[in-house]
Amino acid sequence: MAITVEAESARRAFLDRFSRRSSVLRELVRRPTGLAGLSIVVLALLVALLAPVIAPHDPNAINLTQRFQGPSLRHLLGTDELGRDVFSRVLFGTRIAIEIAVPAVVMAFVVGIFVGMTAGYASGWLDKLLVVVLDTLLSFPALILALALLTLLGASLLNTTIVIALAFAPYYGRLARAQALAVKQNTYVKAERALGAGRLRIISVHLLPNIIPPLVILMSMDVPGAIGTEAGLAFLGLGVQPPTPDWGVMMSDGFINLGVSPWALLAPLMAIVVVTASFTMLGETLRDIADPRLKGALVRRGRLRSWRLR
Amino acid sequence: MTVYLIKRIAMAVLVIVLVMVLLALLVHLVPGDPAKIILRQRATPQLIAQVRAEMGLNKSILAQVWDFVIGALQGNLGTDFVSQAPVSSLIAQALPDTFILAFTSMILSVLVGVPLGVFVASRPNGLLDRTIGAISMVLISALPYVFSLGLLLIFAVHWHLLPALGTGSPSSPGDYLRHLILPAIALAIPWWGYIPRLVRASMLEVLGSNYIRTARSLGFRERTIFYKYAFKNALVPVAALFGLMLGYSLAGTIYAETIFGRSGLGSLALGAIADRNWPVIRGTVLIYALFYIFGNLVSDLSYRFLDPRIRVEKGVEVPV
Repeated sequence: MAITVEAESARRAFLDRFSRRSSVLRELVRRPTGLAGLSIVVLALLVALLAPVIAPHDPNAINLTQRFQGPSLRHLLGTDELGRDVFSRVLFGTRIAIEIAVPAVVMAFVVGIFVGMTAGYASGWLDKLLVVVLDTLLSFPALILALALLTLLGASLLNTTIVIALAFAPYYGRLARAQALAVKQNTYVKAERALGAGRLRIISVHLLPNIIPPLVILMSMDVPGAIGTEAGLAFLGLGVQPPTPDWGVMMSDGFINLGVSPWALLAPLMAIVVVTASFTMLGETLRDIADPRLKGALVRRGRLRSWRLR
Repeated sequence: MTVYLIKRIAMAVLVIVLVMVLLALLVHLVPGDPAKIILRQRATPQLIAQVRAEMGLNKSILAQVWDFVIGALQGNLGTDFVSQAPVSSLIAQALPDTFILAFTSMILSVLVGVPLGVFVASRPNGLLDRTIGAISMVLISALPYVFSLGLLLIFAVHWHLLPALGTGSPSSPGDYLRHLILPAIALAIPWWGYIPRLVRASMLEVLGSNYIRTARSLGFRERTIFYKYAFKNALVPVAALFGLMLGYSLAGTIYAETIFGRSGLGSLALGAIADRNWPVIRGTVLIYALFYIFGNLVSDLSYRFLDPRIRVEKGVEVPV
């Protein structure tokens, strides 16, 4: 009930506010957290896109005479245990992080909406069955679920994406179901059904447009969780594999050589902190604009959800 | 209330059984020969035969599920491929260290987080409030390994203040405690961004409610109102959070154990993954899931017990 009411009010407020699209951007830029979050996110996306152009060195070029160097003009963030340029690797790492995190969250969103809406709309035994399935998947901390699945599937970029998507999807499923239940109760939906509208029409005209907006905010708040999980899995040796210039792989290499030079560890660590924090700021500000009353409510869910992955 | 209690516990039991079924089925959900999938790079004909025999992979899938679920309910999680030890005794050895770490970090989270939240709620929009609001974004979005690595770099590698690696010997409490400090703090830090915000939000919500206005109009002192009425009510979500934290903190210990080289459930699982020792992996995953389910159950129930308003509503859906 709590979730349903919360989701319903979020949805209404969202539609009110976001019907004037240009004002969202204006409101976002007016708030310091929004401006900071948005600009760093845009910057990160640009870096991901332009990594091959702006990187001063080949991220995988080995130079054994230049190992473990500190920052210098030639190597802005120093070099790692194989003499590779840490700065270039961090830039390319942005690309990998976004390449995995964004599709994973989108996949989770699509699967979650599909399952959740089916459950919420169908009700009856199908609903009960899907809820039990979702609850079962939700009873693993997602990091653990991801670890077990990756062990069996084998570690790779694609598998990491799939596993993160699978771990996130049940949360969207739960929320989509709650939203579908709430929207279904509206008089206009009942009236439309009385007029003879088919399932497909009710789902596509009423349910989907009402369910998607609040979940989109949740998506922007889930990207940092996905980035962090991706890097964490790679750090534990189960995600993206070396020598890919991935933040998690870099942390794992840097961690082994911690005693010799901290730079190879510090650089990817800071990159993760800055990028995840900026996505969170963007998401939270969007949520605040959509509904100031919800301050804390969705965060709570978003927070716990990403935490579950760890 | 009793009906709700029974329903909620029955649901938890059902989910536990389903989790066991899922774990038994997991190797069959991946296309290919289960024994080869399990062993992967270690697959030799001899080992494949051994795995098939020990895990009963030659039996029908239904029989395998039945064997695993019944075994697990009796506390038998299979045998380790490598050492031939029962998985349950390996887990029993690893569990205390993980538990101590998780609990210490939870207590640290609350001990720092709640007072901070109360202080901030007493001066909303003050300097500290805004500072914490900004920092909390960083704390909330960063994963525990970020702080584990950061603290390790600063306090253990750079300043040599605290031991960097190991669990410490249980026989000397001082040594054990010194090894516990960094990982416990690292796991608590994200909550220091989260709990103050939760406490602040619920305190401000209570302070704006009608009964507080009534109390003010009746002339209660501001201190009494703040601590006796607002604080007490604001603690409800924190109490409910404590159950949820159990599951999340346990998952977080995987990183802390890896980074600080501690023994525990996480190291056991990761070692087993490196050895492709599926019975141990499956057993540890089950244990994490059990505590996670238990934490969620405790959280739901404590919410219902602590907040009578929730009890009044009928047909309530369990909030996640």
